[in-house]
Amino acid sequence: MVDAQTPTFTRPVSAPGADPGRAMTFGPDRALALDAGRTLAPWTCAYMTYGTLNAARSNAILICHALSLDQFVIGDNPVTGKPGWWPLMVGPGLPIDTDRFFVICANVLGGCMGSSGPAELDPATGEPRGLSFPLVTVRDMVKAQAMLLDALGIEKLLCVTGGSMGGMQALQWAALYPHRVASAIPIATAARHSAQNIAFHEVGRQAIMADPDWRGGRYFASGTQPSKGLAVARMAAHITYLSEAALQRKFGRTLQDRAEISFAFAPDFQVESYLHHQGASFVDRFDANSYLYITRAMDYFDLAADYGGVLAEAFLGSPTRFCIVSFTSDWLFPTSENKRIAHALNAAAASVSFVEIETDRGHDAFLLDEPEMLATVRGFLNSVAQAAGVR
Amino acid sequence: MSGGLRPDLAAIAEMIGEGTRVLDIGCGDGRLLEHLMTTKRVDGHGVEISQPNVNACVARGLAVIQGDADTDLSEYPSQVFDVAILSQTIQATRNPRKVLSELLRIGRRSVVSLPNFGHWRVRLSLSLKGRMPRTVALDYAWYDSPNIHLCTIADFVALTRESGAVIERALAINARGQTRAMRAHAWGPNLLAEGAIFLLRPRA
Repeated sequence: MVDAQTPTFTRPVSAPGADPGRAMTFGPDRALALDAGRTLAPWTCAYMTYGTLNAARSNAILICHALSLDQFVIGDNPVTGKPGWWPLMVGPGLPIDTDRFFVICANVLGGCMGSSGPAELDPATGEPRGLSFPLVTVRDMVKAQAMLLDALGIEKLLCVTGGSMGGMQALQWAALYPHRVASAIPIATAARHSAQNIAFHEVGRQAIMADPDWRGGRYFASGTQPSKGLAVARMAAHITYLSEAALQRKFGRTLQDRAEISFAFAPDFQVESYLHHQGASFVDRFDANSYLYITRAMDYFDLAADYGGVLAEAFLGSPTRFCIVSFTSDWLFPTSENKRIAHALNAAAASVSFVEIETDRGHDAFLLDEPEMLATVRGFLNSVAQAAGVR
Repeated sequence: MSGGLRPDLAAIAEMIGEGTRVLDIGCGDGRLLEHLMTTKRVDGHGVEISQPNVNACVARGLAVIQGDADTDLSEYPSQVFDVAILSQTIQATRNPRKVLSELLRIGRRSVVSLPNFGHWRVRLSLSLKGRMPRTVALDYAWYDSPNIHLCTIADFVALTRESGAVIERALAINARGQTRAMRAHAWGPNLLAEGAIFLLRPRA
């Protein structure tokens, strides 16, 4: 049983006019077998689509979102009321051209924007599932997306793309379903989460779990949420998305609303106010348990481990064309990790392009106006579309 | 010569078999790769150090990796390419000997083209004028030249011998870029050729 309806958001909708997209619920006959050994049924996948699927069903592009993002790639986000997160990449006439391609983006499994996750209400108790929800992996997320595409009648993707954790999903897609993926554009990503990345995530999780309002994950019962912990997690993570050069250029040692330092602990510096703002706005839109689950899924990601420790084995005989993109100042998913993927693909005799883009804007550069990235994606997709006969 | 391709590149293209798997190291804007893919249906891959060049290649649908011949070739598995091409690049590498040995390891055949520092005009310029030579093939002042390891044809032939390579074919390039077969060990081409192209294979 598969049933599509309007998604149920766990957060209040602040822009009622915005398109809420759809949510597909999969019944017990479409149970999802998870890597953690548990089975999920029923389960829901919330998604957005943009553009029109052509008659040959050959123009579908799947966009996979990063840790703190969601399925609202462009247009207003119904929950936050803010514009989508990839407005320069996706849209009419843009590199991922919605006049030409049918674009799908699904909220990841474990997320908090309508897909099944710890924030979802358990019909048995009427309360959010919390920590009773099983741990999920990047592979589980990808399997869920594949079942969504099955339900939408899309057998083959022209391209799967995404940055950061979205890039991990793109790689997992190509490894798991090579014949369903004509091309992949993993951006600013890695085939495994590094020790440093796991370390940063653990800081975030500990901040959440150390907040007394977390209450062992059952904060919803008391009508509170671990806002302070989640805000600190977001602040620490946000630093890793930028670069030293970008922080220095943007803020330097400039003071916030004052002429002199205050000899106190209220934020003196602009960079502190900026981080506070990042933390505060995040807790309004994200679920703390969901943050624990998704960071864990990223930590567990190690594509080579599923293939005897040899990354090239994951792509042996792959018919997929790859275009890997990294940024010079990204120290979270540095060029070296992206290059490792490119070399493995080469070793597997796959078709691979690799572009390193010069920028001082760090990991978040994939979301920003980086003309070289946009031109690369445009050119690559053009040639992929041409080869597939998509006009 | 075909379709506006530079004559020395056309001569390289002529050495490549139909439908082979090719790695072009220092592929520039990808014109040789594109030519090989359209006329010989090769499975073409490229490595290029310049970002604008890589982006131009990717936009044209070529599979090109941004990378440095000096550091990245060791990451490639052995003997996965039918042909590895190093066109007008070896003289700009930091360690030509290592690059050549990697090339021989990666490709079942290798093609190397290079400018000839033994050309008579080069010798004349240095011996009579006492200045570092500037020629058509080597048009740089000594202080801004990317060519940090120039050699003569005879020097390169000696290196192939030391590196355990067998020269299967050798072509001399003249000032107009035209090529003709040469005997690799003869003194004539080392004096008269602007450059040379070698088809190599590792000694069994």
